[in-house]
Amino acid sequence: MAALTTLTSRTVVMPAANIDTDQIIPARFLTTTTRAGLGAQLFADWRYDPSGVPRPEFVLNRPEAQGCRILIAGDNFGCGSSREHAPWALLDYGIRAVISTRFADIFASNALKNGLLPVVVPAATNQWLLERPGTELTLDVEAGTLLRPDGVAVSFPLEPFARHCLLAGVDELGFLLGQRSAIDRFERRA
Amino acid sequence: MARTPQTLFDKVWQRHEVIAESAATPAVLYIDLHLVHEVTSPQAFALLRERGLTVRRPERTLATMDHSTPTLTAQVFGGAPIAIDSAARQVRELEANCAAFGVELLGLKHAERGIVHVIGPELGLTQPGKTVVCGDSHTSTHGALGALAFGIGTTEVGHVLATQCLLQRKPRTLAVNVRGGLAAGVTAKDLILASIGRLGVAGGTGHVIEYRGDTIAGLDMDERMTVCNMSIEAGARAGLIAPDETTYAYLKGRPRAPQGAAWERSLEQWRQLPTDAGARFDSEVELDAAAVEPMITYGTNPGMAIPIGGQIPRHPEDPAFGRALAYMGLEPGAPIKDQPVNVVFLGSCTNARLSDLRGAARVLRGRRIAPGLSMLVVPGSQQVKRAAEAEGLDRVFLDAGAEWRESGCSMCLGMNGDTVARGQYSVSTSNRNFEGRQGAGARTLLASPLTAAASAVRGRVTDPRELL
Repeated sequence: MAALTTLTSRTVVMPAANIDTDQIIPARFLTTTTRAGLGAQLFADWRYDPSGVPRPEFVLNRPEAQGCRILIAGDNFGCGSSREHAPWALLDYGIRAVISTRFADIFASNALKNGLLPVVVPAATNQWLLERPGTELTLDVEAGTLLRPDGVAVSFPLEPFARHCLLAGVDELGFLLGQRSAIDRFERRA
Repeated sequence: MARTPQTLFDKVWQRHEVIAESAATPAVLYIDLHLVHEVTSPQAFALLRERGLTVRRPERTLATMDHSTPTLTAQVFGGAPIAIDSAARQVRELEANCAAFGVELLGLKHAERGIVHVIGPELGLTQPGKTVVCGDSHTSTHGALGALAFGIGTTEVGHVLATQCLLQRKPRTLAVNVRGGLAAGVTAKDLILASIGRLGVAGGTGHVIEYRGDTIAGLDMDERMTVCNMSIEAGARAGLIAPDETTYAYLKGRPRAPQGAAWERSLEQWRQLPTDAGARFDSEVELDAAAVEPMITYGTNPGMAIPIGGQIPRHPEDPAFGRALAYMGLEPGAPIKDQPVNVVFLGSCTNARLSDLRGAARVLRGRRIAPGLSMLVVPGSQQVKRAAEAEGLDRVFLDAGAEWRESGCSMCLGMNGDTVARGQYSVSTSNRNFEGRQGAGARTLLASPLTAAASAVRGRVTDPRELL
């Protein structure tokens, strides 16, 4: 997992609430056995018409969205399936952080395990961001703050261990493997 | 000193804490049963290979294939290749991974294969008080037996394979108290759709739900599984129902349930699990089951559900609502009843157990599905299939004009060849009506097996009480 300490980027905005993982990556692309290359299918049914031609009106197909690494979304982003293909697709496309008022539990967990930062902000902050696509934001993982271009800093919660892993660029498996003797003891006791 | 009253969830959680959570680190939670399938496991096995790791507890791990597998008999049992090459590769890769890592696999031709959430309880592997995980959000189904069961991502599948543990922050608890009897023609599916409508699709986020009350106690195990299955559609981490005599009667004698003296010992432990009197939940919701009517969805998430005799709501101020109705091709204020239907799907981990098939057959017996409509009946497991055939249900479906398939996830999600065509309306007993869930452009109306069967007969959305 690549470390994430700070991220500065313009934003791309998808205001809909309840953007589910079937939209982020439709199930028909899940017959892959690797995690690579899913960015091409990110939001496939919104991004392309039935013949596979990009829909010019879809936000990610607009010129100003190119290179944006922060996605602002409506409430309850990532609901639905547990498919980790959703964060894999977002990361492969180039998104490194998603900001919303709420994330589905499994999506948030999957995102953090891959270095994709789910940022939960108050409704007023999210509304401010939804209304201003293309705003340049800086996310500071260590401080847990989002810095707006007008100088306003908004703090966001981040589970301490996930923060540690993001900053260090390490995944959780190493830590879990390090608990072997405690797991051995638990199994003997059970 | 008296022990603090605990909820069922608290007890199961506490008994599986290898290391309790601290401010700095989540709890290390021990996993009793890990169910693995072909779609969310290949990258996890790849991780083990990259790091030179083995599966810590193969005997606590069981693999099967259901999501991307075909349901046509020739593709399952030979005679025709699996039509989707990438799905065939996933099947082969799971076979290879299970062989290499010593994991038991109920493979494509196995007599006990089925949808992962159907076979766990069916085999007696899912038991009260266990922790159960699977790389699938509908793992919440297993909570019907009083197990703490939740879906995980593929990275976590790797963690469990390697360490039999997960790092988890302790969720909050939500009691859904359901009282009163369900009316004739109203099913557990209608009850859970009504609950999701009440809680909202994110109302359970961060929580484990315990379904409680006399209504829940009166449900049989198949019905309890339908309820717990859709906990995730309210955003909940898991859904739980306290084990009771119904649970024990269901489990007794199942091949992988404890036997003999071990059964008696287990029973004694299971009886300690139900929530203590006076235990506190973080929040509680009350639901009157007697007021629940057959429910159906009209929109693009499972919370967009109404009684079948009702009208589609109006929310002119909400662009997302307008977008959902535009996708569905439905009008605000219109009745949902009599909406023409092209496809009916009876299947999925929500509603493909034997009693679901029996319910639909009760409506279809002696009747034909409407001209031009297609209906797919996909049993939840090969064991369910054989049991249904033993009592002649397959004949009822075939005589009505429906297709009778091999088990799998099928049309619940469009990744195995069973799809609904663009623009078509499907009344489906599955769990998600998201845009494109059953195929790009497909329009899904979620309902009970009774409503699905009645709608198949009429070719339009139909209140099953008119045909019962």
